Amino acid sequence: MRELYAKLNRLFPLGELTERRSNLAFITLTAEYLRPVLLHLRDREGFSHLVLLTAVDWLEEGQFQLSYLLSDRANGRDIGLRLMLPRDGASMESIHDLWPTAATYQRELREMFGIDFPGSPRINEEFILEGWTDIPPYRRDFDTLKFAQENFVARPGRETWDPARHMKDQLYPDGA
Amino acid sequence: MKAELEKRIVKGPDGIEFEVDPLQDYYCQEAPTVMPAAYSKIVEGFFNWARAESLWILGFGTGCGAIEMRPLMTPRFDAYRYGVQWRPTPRQANLFIISGYLSVKTLKRAIRSYEQMQNPKYVIGLGSCTINGGMYWDSYNTLKRLDYYLPVDLYIAGCMPRPEALLQGFEDLKEIIRAGKGEGANQYAQYFDWYKMNQKQVIHDWDMPDYNW
Amino acid sequence: MAYQPDRSQYPARRPDGLSRHPASRDTSTALCVGSLDIDLASGKYLKLWQGPNHPGITGNMSLELTVCGDEVVEGKTHVGYLHRGFEKLMERRTFIQCFPIVCRICVPEPDFNEYCYAAAVEELAGIQSPERADWIRTLILEMGRINSYLMYLGGQAGAFGLGVIGQWTTYVRDLMLDRFEELSGARIYHMFILPGGVRDGLPDGFEQRMEETLVEIERVMSDVLDVMFRNAVFKKRAVGLGYIDPALIEPYGVTGPPARAAGVAKDVRKDQPYLVYPQLDFEPVTGADSDVYTRADVRRRDLLMSIDLVRQILARMPKEGPLMAKIPNVLHWKIPRGETYIRGECSRGEYGYYLVTDGSGYPRRVNVRGPSYTHAMALMERLIVNCNIADVAGLLVSLHTYPPEIER
Repeated sequence: MRELYAKLNRLFPLGELTERRSNLAFITLTAEYLRPVLLHLRDREGFSHLVLLTAVDWLEEGQFQLSYLLSDRANGRDIGLRLMLPRDGASMESIHDLWPTAATYQRELREMFGIDFPGSPRINEEFILEGWTDIPPYRRDFDTLKFAQENFVARPGRETWDPARHMKDQLYPDGA
Repeated sequence: MKAELEKRIVKGPDGIEFEVDPLQDYYCQEAPTVMPAAYSKIVEGFFNWARAESLWILGFGTGCGAIEMRPLMTPRFDAYRYGVQWRPTPRQANLFIISGYLSVKTLKRAIRSYEQMQNPKYVIGLGSCTINGGMYWDSYNTLKRLDYYLPVDLYIAGCMPRPEALLQGFEDLKEIIRAGKGEGANQYAQYFDWYKMNQKQVIHDWDMPDYNW
Repeated sequence: MAYQPDRSQYPARRPDGLSRHPASRDTSTALCVGSLDIDLASGKYLKLWQGPNHPGITGNMSLELTVCGDEVVEGKTHVGYLHRGFEKLMERRTFIQCFPIVCRICVPEPDFNEYCYAAAVEELAGIQSPERADWIRTLILEMGRINSYLMYLGGQAGAFGLGVIGQWTTYVRDLMLDRFEELSGARIYHMFILPGGVRDGLPDGFEQRMEETLVEIERVMSDVLDVMFRNAVFKKRAVGLGYIDPALIEPYGVTGPPARAAGVAKDVRKDQPYLVYPQLDFEPVTGADSDVYTRADVRRRDLLMSIDLVRQILARMPKEGPLMAKIPNVLHWKIPRGETYIRGECSRGEYGYYLVTDGSGYPRRVNVRGPSYTHAMALMERLIVNCNIADVAGLLVSLHTYPPEIER
């Protein structure tokens, strides 16, 4: 993967490389080079399969990380492209014209994280949720337990413990 | 509200224009009514025996419990020998098995399916998640307590319950019906406003008529 | 035995102009299908919902079909009826607490979730599972694959009106569930593969009873071959239906049997071998015609191959050895910051877990990549155009979609 990174780095300014396994590496890059890098990887390097497109919410840093994972079946290797977006008004270029299936991922990200992909087909249609009025649920600042307690009626009698504390009291009273 | 549900003028094939209001025209607006028992105790007992012996299940797999329906239909467990069978449409069914967690989106469809079923009708809540949320007790999208939204006659606990537990559940439901206690539909009619209030509390884009059989 | 269809009688691609409505799109060349202007008020088109309460749908999802006559001019997949927010729930559970809920993401083949999650956690935490545990994991995954294919064959035959196949395959699937039960104590959700290894070894006499089950499955499969695959009704309806052009495989992210039926030998077990697959002897099953019939046939032969793999595993696995690697105290298990992706070949295609950790005791983000995600959404919406309404169910089943893994 290092040769590939060196080759790519000659063409595009790239960020850091994280090698996870011999056949899986993650590369950080900036938004304006995403499309050329994707095109290069797809057409020249054989990474023709878009495995997934998802986001990670780094709330403390005020950023969304977009992860594009591509796979090269012939050589059995994968590459992940990391992209940092500011959390406020997050918006990214759509890649549905490169992989039509990306439109589905982008619809999900739009709904679950609130990241906009202008121009992606049916981007503003409801995908999973229906009549959702709160903040997008996969964001870190959305508290699912609080939402559930406020919206749904709970049956009394259910006892909930903090598992770590409960197990410590029950199993490791000496404090292991 | 979706565009197709709004009031609009439609031009028919013969050129005559007329107004369509889907919510008014396609559904019944009246609330359900309580069905009184038969005039004689013997006749009501006979009715209840007949109802108990033909449980026709609506084949709507609302959650993961639906995967155990297939073994139940096939030779090993063979629920058909107890007079239980699966029907594809709510009009032919009188037992609705809520097979596991109900997400808010499915609840809307489940209410519609339940209201379309003919009286007398029964509801079984299958799995822990219908009882108190089970695994998904802190999820933002599943109901924690089914009996606030639909009248439940019987719960079968487990995650997920084995087919034998379901067979036992059918037997217990028969007992309940034979004893004249399977009054879910009447309960729904009696406390209709309360059920609707609860349903509207979780379904934020309520675009159905209140009663849509 | 590879099936050779009589292509003159049943062309693999429906001849152009035979059933295509003038308003429907020509999808043969375009990569991405745009939106079609359909004027419902014109009276020419009808909106038809198939599902979620419909016998011709796989699980709890729905298709919004726009039809002209009995031909579909546009189809949209609607999912979300089974959404529980797993990815959110896992963010507020410790690493070991996630383990009982991951299997509930995919109901018919839950073991892949357990394996992918466990392997992702092990990789980020730097744990190596013992060899014997790897053999048992492979055994469980192959058993789960047999289960899933048996369920599929019943559904595929049922979609074309052959109800008896479902009765037979569910009967042998129950036998396989018995093996799962004696192994793990549960029929559906086994919760057997946990980070670090597996829960237990094989019970006494397991090989013998497994062999009896496999023989019974093979006997039923030969009946299925006669009654389903050599049945004129099934051939007439399945051959030529739902053709996936091999050029669409990569853009649409098609994996698993639909890709192999198009002649692309995509199989993660061979491409990026995991667990003990490098030591096993097998070749990916492929087909040529890429229609519903070929996909069913590829899955049938893949099932027979899985039976062979189970036999190989039982014959060659070590009988002694540790089952669990040493893992830290799960109460204080913190995994350093990192991200990884683990994939496996499940019965429907590539299944994967993308796990991000941030150094705390909880996962930062878990993303599940289910094969149905691409098959049932983008690909299905494309294949459904020009399809007959009666064939929609058969087409949807042939992609082997399970909605829970689309929406989690």
